[in-house]
Amino acid sequence: MNPAPSVVIFTVLSGLGFGFLALLGVFGSAGMAAFFLWALGYGLAVAGLVASTFHLGNPQRALLAFTQWRTSWLSREAWASVVTLLLFAPQAVSDWLGLEWGRGFGMAGAAMAFVTVYCTSMIYAQIRAVPRWHHWTVPAVFLAYALSGALVMGAVRPYAAWMLVLLGIALALHWHFGKSAFARAGASMESATGLGRIGAVSVFEQPHTGGNYLMREMIFVVGRKHADRVRMIAMVCSVMLPVLALMFIPGVAAVIVAVAVHLLGALAQRWLFFAEAEHVVGLYYGAH
Amino acid sequence: MTGLPERTEKKLGLVIDLDTCVGCHACVTACKGWNDQGYGVPLSDQNPYGADPSGTFLNRVHSYAVQLVDAAAQIINFPRSCLHCEDAPCVTVCPTGASYKRAEDGIVLVNEDACIGCGLCAWACPYGARELDQAAGVMKKCTLCVDRIYNEALPEEDREPACVRTCPTGARHFGDFADPESKVSRLTAEREGFALMPEMGTKPVNRYLPPRKKDRPEEASLLAPLLDIKATGLAGWLDRVLGKI
Ligand code: SF4
Ligand code: SF4
Repeated sequence: MNPAPSVVIFTVLSGLGFGFLALLGVFGSAGMAAFFLWALGYGLAVAGLVASTFHLGNPQRALLAFTQWRTSWLSREAWASVVTLLLFAPQAVSDWLGLEWGRGFGMAGAAMAFVTVYCTSMIYAQIRAVPRWHHWTVPAVFLAYALSGALVMGAVRPYAAWMLVLLGIALALHWHFGKSAFARAGASMESATGLGRIGAVSVFEQPHTGGNYLMREMIFVVGRKHADRVRMIAMVCSVMLPVLALMFIPGVAAVIVAVAVHLLGALAQRWLFFAEAEHVVGLYYGAH
Repeated sequence: MTGLPERTEKKLGLVIDLDTCVGCHACVTACKGWNDQGYGVPLSDQNPYGADPSGTFLNRVHSYAVQLVDAAAQIINFPRSCLHCEDAPCVTVCPTGASYKRAEDGIVLVNEDACIGCGLCAWACPYGARELDQAAGVMKKCTLCVDRIYNEALPEEDREPACVRTCPTGARHFGDFADPESKVSRLTAEREGFALMPEMGTKPVNRYLPPRKKDRPEEASLLAPLLDIKATGLAGWLDRVLGKI
């Protein structure tokens, strides 16, 4: 699949933002610090959501995306994110101005924040035609990123390190199952054309000499060449280096370093998530 | 609503005969032509006369080489378009309700006025049947020529999809799969028509007819009875002498 920058940035920033908002919702903060922290959380989440509209052909109609929550994960995600952002608002005001409204809104918002991230992940995991995505490890990875990123940002040291380890495990599992996903889905050139019943199929001639939307969007093969290297970068940057930074660097410096490399790793992982995902339509073109 | 109808009254769709198709791309051209002026925005082209032309098409014809187990390889031309699936994943993923399947005849359509061009439905379709028009930013797909098949302004013989109407070899058939007596149902039964990628769980309506078994070349040469004749006389002498040189 085509790793469009808008979707890579959308999923990474909104995941991190919602995770961080959830952390603030549960534990809170006070005074001017609260103002800046809440603003940071909102900024990340909203920036991600805004980025997601960049790849729309007709963004002026985006409000219609709220109508189909019964069937569509994208629609559910739209609702979940708006509800989450609204739930956090009174909590943020209470924290900032010291209004002592309890943590009810924050708790509810935190729960909804993870529902939102889950909905985001299901937009991809629901798609059977991309076998690598159609797996429970996809929501696991998205949720683990949101939670560990938030803990790193919040400098909740021991928990952050443990959560990063869990993220590492989720990533390893996701990549492990991803390797055989296409084969397990059972689609081949023979089943795609149905010609397997008479023999072995190969491409004789392509249907068009130029490119088309399908090839640009779904038969993106450039990234696969470097997949192993990007996997390594993702694991080292989003998991290992932040753990080391949190363990061995004292003070705020650790958090800044850890957040920066973690974010870099998350971007690498998400780029690869799209770039190496094979869509079954590639079979018609002799690729996948 | 992007919920799928429980069942549809009719199941309109196509039968494509892979035995007959000669890969002339007439259906591709007819489709492009009709849908440039019919339902919804026209199918745009980008840089059509430049070095890197590309455009939106609702039907594409592939060519495959199929290596048979016990005979020579065969070229099979393979038109690919929307199969109007019963369990259409392209419909349920749509956030806006733009994509829908009609309860009356099972045609899967896009309401372009509601489409935000998110592209998710094209991702969800295993068959590459949807293309996002690059000029209009809305999703385009086969409409089964919904603006022809019920169109009483057209002469009756034209009330079928443009691709079916135009196919010079009669490799494409249009009809109602819910009616067991329809031409498409009978063809499918007689010729063991099959669905594409059933493992994707989409329950396509369209069916493809497999290529028929080809005649095998005779083992012995057709000239066999003549080849065995012993030459006599001058020819025989020549035969012997030349054989010795
Ligand atoms: S072929 Fe693709 S676009 Fe057509 S109904 Fe099936 S899934 Fe949807
Ligand atoms: S591209 Fe249009 S039709 Fe397709 S899922 Fe998005 S809004 Fe629906």
